[in-house]
Amino acid sequence: MRTEDLINALVVDLTVSKARFRHVLFGAITLGAIIAAAVFVLGLGVRPDFGQALETARFLFKFVFALSLVATATALLSRLAIPGVSAGLWAWGWLLAPALLVVAVAAELFVMPADSWLPRLVGSNARACLTLIPLLSIAPLACILLALREGAPTSPGLAGAVAGLVASGVAATLYASHCTDDSPLFVATWYSLAIGVVVLVGYGVGSRVLRW
Amino acid sequence: MALSGAEEEWALLMRAAINGDSSAYRRLLASLTPALRAAARRNCARIGLDDGEAEDVVQEALLAIHLKRHTWDPDRPIGPWITTIARNKLIDARRRRGNRPMLPIDDLADILTAEGGDDSMDRRDLDRLVGKLGERQRDLVRSLSVEGRSIQETAKRLNMSEGAARVALHRAIKALAALYRGGVR
Repeated sequence: MRTEDLINALVVDLTVSKARFRHVLFGAITLGAIIAAAVFVLGLGVRPDFGQALETARFLFKFVFALSLVATATALLSRLAIPGVSAGLWAWGWLLAPALLVVAVAAELFVMPADSWLPRLVGSNARACLTLIPLLSIAPLACILLALREGAPTSPGLAGAVAGLVASGVAATLYASHCTDDSPLFVATWYSLAIGVVVLVGYGVGSRVLRW
Repeated sequence: MALSGAEEEWALLMRAAINGDSSAYRRLLASLTPALRAAARRNCARIGLDDGEAEDVVQEALLAIHLKRHTWDPDRPIGPWITTIARNKLIDARRRRGNRPMLPIDDLADILTAEGGDDSMDRRDLDRLVGKLGERQRDLVRSLSVEGRSIQETAKRLNMSEGAARVALHRAIKALAALYRGGVR
């Protein structure tokens, strides 16, 4: 069979209007977030003192951290999944969230006495945090990876890892409203660890299923 | 850049193709093929692969361009999109062949400005991969490619509805891309 013969078959297979990949990806992230939110509402719910917590800077900072992760990782992912689009500055954009966290930790260490650091870091929900963030990440990660199979990431493992970052960012946003540990010391330790687990899973699965 | 003329033409054809213009799509693929072939041959030669193997890269790149065409954003230049796909397929080919020296692959722009590469080659590899498809898919692909029949005629011959034939063809093309990726030799 000659290459020209192959072209014959490809031309016949030209079916009109497949959804643009970018829309597929954003749709998948939205769908994953909705499923995770539904699981969260049914299974966990927000903490009892949610209303009062909203007035404290530490509580609000958890959302700043998690949402900045979602936004920057999403921007990076949409570039990684399309051939010929360079990540540019977005390659570093996701560092915004950890950078904010470092600032928050420094502030916490500055304002709080040294003997309160350890209890604040250990908190009382470490195990829940390490379990629930990965669990809440499952639906978003699955949706995003399925969408990425429609894309064409040149580095499947990397794209999978960044998908994990987006998914765990979504999960962390939800979990943050349930968790009563608000210290940046707790967030820096346990949230980061939980996110790291999801990123590793994303890398492992991505490098297997995202080749094209 | 020297490639902007061809690139604009390709972008124009691809936009028409995305809107369902199959004659534009045919012209696009026919015009891309020699450019891909010339680049694939030059790069393959440097890493010790022959022209036949370069043709495999061309076919794989065409399959990927076809299956991933919705990832191209019509507001962006098409050149980097095509060259990244082609480069990826070259890297795959090199990886499949085992321990080749990791020579750099030519600059992306070179791929599109390359001259020559007009002579096609008969590839038994593609035939072998088509042979690995199920019987029905195989007949379908052969009828539409080598035998050059229309989809209506093919569907009738195989006793399928046209819609079913289209679905089966799309599956077959995806399966071919997967077989290539699996490095079936």
